[in-house]
Parts: sequence; structure tokens; C-alpha cells
Amino acid sequence: MAIDIQLLHTPLSLQHCQDWVAGAACGGIVHFVGTVREQTGGRPVSRLDFEAYEPMAVSEMRKIAETVKKRWPAERVVIHHRVGKLEIGEIAVIIAVATPHRVDAFAACQYAIDTLKQTVPIWKKEIFTDGEVWVAAHP
Amino acid sequence: MEIEIMAFGIARDIFGASALKVQAVENSTVKQLLEDLKNQYPKMQELRSVAIAINTEYADLEQVIKPGDEVVIIPPVAGG
Repeated sequence: MAIDIQLLHTPLSLQHCQDWVAGAACGGIVHFVGTVREQTGGRPVSRLDFEAYEPMAVSEMRKIAETVKKRWPAERVVIHHRVGKLEIGEIAVIIAVATPHRVDAFAACQYAIDTLKQTVPIWKKEIFTDGEVWVAAHP
Repeated sequence: MEIEIMAFGIARDIFGASALKVQAVENSTVKQLLEDLKNQYPKMQELRSVAIAINTEYADLEQVIKPGDEVVIIPPVAGG
């Protein structure tokens, strides 16, 4: 299978993703790596808490990877997402797409992260020094 | 019939529990369930969006909820 979907409670490995997607047929590999930023709107962030409706999160991530395979000549697609408590700088998500040429890898990777943010049932709470907020919950 | 609903994220905070049981008439739709929940928990109306998943798939508003379905409230998602 050319798709690797994982929802992990442990740190994500960029090297694992690179090793998994790389192949002789592919001249372009694009990784998107989402990390925990130290501030939001100037307000210092202490950490992020991620949670997921796990069976559906995995199936929705799989749908994204399958769509990538249909729309672009992608040989391999990796989507790994972390859940639990993450500190500043830790990796929350890795998407890796390998295609014969770079244009498709960039487009497919962009599609995958944009869609993940819209459809995959994962939630994050920003913990500030003086409070906390569920990200994107309110208009 | 009784429907058991799971809640994540801000929906769990609004309900004050990760699961709750509600009474619904037979052949209730997703739309009716959402309306009932928004009436019972007005803070739900302040959210950017609220969807329902049935058996790990996003449900249409007209979908009928059957006994034994796994019903989950999906407040605005924020992965990545």
C-alpha cells in the first residue's frame, strides 16, 4: 500500500516519513511540517493540547491520501498527526508526498494540509499563561 | 428512543461531559437532533459550525438516526 496514515501519541519522525516516501520513481518529495508556535496574536502560548475522534480522524486522513493518489501521479503519501500535549516547537503534523516531478508534489501537499484542516476531526486547545481557548471554535 | 452522543473539544466543555444520553422520537433526523441540542445548550449556537458524525462518517442533515448508531458531535475542527 502506498499510503501511510498514523495518529500518534508519541513524537513524529520526519526521517521516518522521508525514508517511507522516497523511491526511485520519484524526483520530487514535498514535506509539510506543522509545529507548535510560541505565540498567537502576540499572546504567548505555553503549549497545545490535541485530541481526536480517532477512528474517524484516521478514515478522513485516509480519504485525503486516496484523493491525492487519484488527482496527482503520487507514488506515496504519508500523513502523520500527533495527539496529546505538545510543547513549543514540537511537530503536530507531517504530510509527505512523492511524485515524479516537483510541481505535483507541491500541489498535492498543499491540498492535503488544507483539506486536513477542514475535515479531519482533530481539535486543539491553546494553553496560554493566562487562560486557554479551543482554536477556531468561534467565528 | 434514547440516543447516546459523544462529544469532543469545546462540545465536551459545553455539555460538561464526554457522553450524554438524549431522548428522541423514532426516525429523528440529524437536523432535529442539532436543533434540540442547540436549544438545550445555547452556547452551541455561538460556534462557527457544528456537524454530526454517524458511524465515523459526516452525516447529512436529513439522515435518520437509528438505534445503535455511533453519534458524535463535531465542533469546528482544528487539526494541523
